[in-house]
Amino acid sequence: MKKVIMGNHALSYGAMLSRSQVIAAYPITPQTQVVELLSEMCADGTLNAKFIKVESEHSAMAACIGASAAGARAFTATSSQGLALMHEMLHWASGGRLPVVLGNINRAMAPGWTIWTDQNDSLSQRDTGWIQFYCASNQEVVDTVIQAFKVSEALAIPSMVVLDAFALSHTYEVVDIPDQAKVDAYLPPFNPPYRVTPDDPRAFGGLTGPEHYMELRFKLQKDMEKVLEMIERTGREYEKQFGRYLGLVDDYLCDDAEIILVTSGTAGYTAHVAVDEMRDHGLKVGNLRIKVFRPFPFEIVRRLTQSAKKIAVVDRNISYGHHGIFAQELKSAIYGHGDCKPVFGFIAGLGGRDITPASFREVVDFTISHDRPEEEIIWIGVKK
Amino acid sequence: MKKEKKMTLTLPVEELVGSGNLACQGCGANLALRYVLKALGQRTVLCIPACCWAVIDGAFPHSCMSVPIYHCAFETAASTATGVKAGLEMVGDLETTVVAWAGDGGTFDIGLQALSGAAERNDDIIYVCYDNEAYMNTGIQRSSATPTGAWTTTTPVKFPKDRPKKDIDAIMAAHRIPYLATASISYPEDVVKKTKKAKSIKGTRFIHIYAPCPTGWKSRPEDAVKLGRMVVQNCVFPLYEVEHGEKYTLNMKIKDKKPIDDYLKLQGRFRHLKPEQIKLMQEEVDHNWARLLKKCESA
Repeated sequence: MKKVIMGNHALSYGAMLSRSQVIAAYPITPQTQVVELLSEMCADGTLNAKFIKVESEHSAMAACIGASAAGARAFTATSSQGLALMHEMLHWASGGRLPVVLGNINRAMAPGWTIWTDQNDSLSQRDTGWIQFYCASNQEVVDTVIQAFKVSEALAIPSMVVLDAFALSHTYEVVDIPDQAKVDAYLPPFNPPYRVTPDDPRAFGGLTGPEHYMELRFKLQKDMEKVLEMIERTGREYEKQFGRYLGLVDDYLCDDAEIILVTSGTAGYTAHVAVDEMRDHGLKVGNLRIKVFRPFPFEIVRRLTQSAKKIAVVDRNISYGHHGIFAQELKSAIYGHGDCKPVFGFIAGLGGRDITPASFREVVDFTISHDRPEEEIIWIGVKK
Repeated sequence: MKKEKKMTLTLPVEELVGSGNLACQGCGANLALRYVLKALGQRTVLCIPACCWAVIDGAFPHSCMSVPIYHCAFETAASTATGVKAGLEMVGDLETTVVAWAGDGGTFDIGLQALSGAAERNDDIIYVCYDNEAYMNTGIQRSSATPTGAWTTTTPVKFPKDRPKKDIDAIMAAHRIPYLATASISYPEDVVKKTKKAKSIKGTRFIHIYAPCPTGWKSRPEDAVKLGRMVVQNCVFPLYEVEHGEKYTLNMKIKDKKPIDDYLKLQGRFRHLKPEQIKLMQEEVDHNWARLLKKCESA
C-alpha cells in the first residue's frame, strides 16, 4: 500500500510493522511525531505494545533495556540532546547485548539552541557499540527499521536508524508500506536464548573482573564484524519479499568516476542529482552514499573507490581539532590499500545550513583544481 | 504426659539469598533482602543498580541468589524495573513481581528522577530502598540520606553534615502512590508483613528499610540488629505506612521514647559530637516525631 508520509511517521510505521512490544520515549523536537503516531497506534489497538511515557531519554533507554532483557522487542526514538542524555545507557544496551532499535533524528547540538540538522549527535555515539544506519528517503527509513530488528536480534547488537531533521523527518514522500504478513514472515518474533525470568534465574551484568571483561568485548567486536555480511544477506532477503535491496552503501556511477563524492543522509540524495548535472557537463563524477556507518563497510568502500583519482568527502559533522568524521573513516579505510589517492575533506551544512547541488559543484570544482587538499578541512558555505 | 511446646515459625522458611556472599559482617542490607525475598517468593525479578548489593551478590560468573538479577545503571533502578515489568507482561508473564532494589544514594540522590517518573505513572513495581545512610559501596561518602551530624569521608569531623536527612518518604507520599512503608531489619516480621502487603497491591509500592552498616558507621557488627531496634524506639526511624499518600498508620506506638544518646554512642560516626550538637539533633528527632504523629492522627 502506498502512502504519502513524513519521515518521522516512516519510523513509526517501521516500529509498528516490526511488532515492537515495548516503546519507551520522551518528546524532543524534531522527533515528536514518531512517538505521537506510535502512542495513537498503541491506544487504538493497531499495535499491541506497551507505551511507557518516561520522564527522560535516559529512562527511555533504561526501560527499553529492561524490556529487551525480559525478552520483548523494544523501540524508542530521540534526537540530539536526548541522544546525548542516553549516552550511558547506549553502552548498557550494547554491553548487555540487547537488540533495541532506536530512531534518531539528526539534530545539531546546543548551545546555541538549535533544532536543525547535522550529524554530531549520532556520530558522537560512534564508539558505543551500536550499529548505525543513515537513511536518505522515507522509504529507506521504513525498510531499515524492519531490517535493523532482524540484524540486531540475530547478533544481539542494538541498532540506530538515523535520519536528518526536517530534510527528512518533516518531508513527505510516497512510501510503499510493506504488507504486515510479509513482514511477519521476514521478521519472526524475538526469541532470545537468555532472558530475565524466574524460570531460569541468572544474574545479568554483574561485577566482571579483568579475567573476564576483555573476552566480553572481544565477542562484541567479533559479532560486530558479522554485521556487514548479515546486512547484505538480510538486504537480499528483503529484496525478494519487497523488491528493494537494503545494502551497505548506495553507489552511483562510481565505476568510471575520476572523482568520487562520499556522502551520507539526505545530502547523499542531493549529491546524486548534482552528479547527473555534472555528468551532463562531461565531468566524470560519482557518488558513494554511505548508509551503514557502524560497522564501517571497509571492503566495499575500497572496492568502489579503487579506480577513482580523487575522493571528496562531504561531512555534515565535525570532530573538533581533527576532520569531518566520514573523512577520517575514509582515510582509515583506504590507507595501505593500493595507490595513496588524495582525500579532500569538506565540511558543509552544520546546524541545518542547506547543502544544495551548487554546494557539490563547488566541492567538485575545488577538487578538480587542486592536486592535494592543502588544508585538512575545506569549508563550504561558511562566512569566515 | 506433658505436652511438648512447639515454636511457632513467624517467617517463611525458604531462603532465596544464599550464604557465602560478599556482604560485610553485620550487614543490614543482607538481612533486608533476605527478609524481603522470604515474603515475595521465587517468582521475583530484582533490578539492582550500583550499590552494595551490586557486589554482595558475587562477581561474574557467580550469584548467591535463587531469583534473577538484572544489574542496571546507578540512576535507573525504577526505569529498568518498569521496562522489565512491561517486557515480562508482553511475553505473557503477568505474575512475576518486579523489584527495584537500590541503596540510599541510588534512591535519594541519583535515581530520584527515575523513581519519581515511575511513581507518577504508578508503574507496577515494588521499589525497595535499603538505607545505610551514605555511599557505602564507594567508601562511606555522604548522601542526602546521611543524618545531621554524621561523619563520612566527605563530611569530616571538622565539618560534619549540617543538613537534615532528606525526607524521601514524604516525597514518595506526595506522589500518591498506593502503598509506602518504612521498616527496619530488626523487626523481620514487620518487614515480611509489609512486603507481603505490598505484593498484594498493584501500582508503585515503596518500602524504605533501615539497614545498619557497621563498616560505614564505625559500629560493632554484633550491634547491627540492636541499632536497628534502637532507631525505632528512639523515634529516629519510626515504623509506619502511608496509603495513597494520605492514610498514615503508625505501626509501632512508642510509649517510652528513648533519648538518642545511647544510639549515637554505639556508632563511631557520631563520636565527635558535642552535647550541644546532640541536643540540636534530639530536637530535630522530636520535631519529626511530633509531625508524624500529627499526620497519623489526622488520617
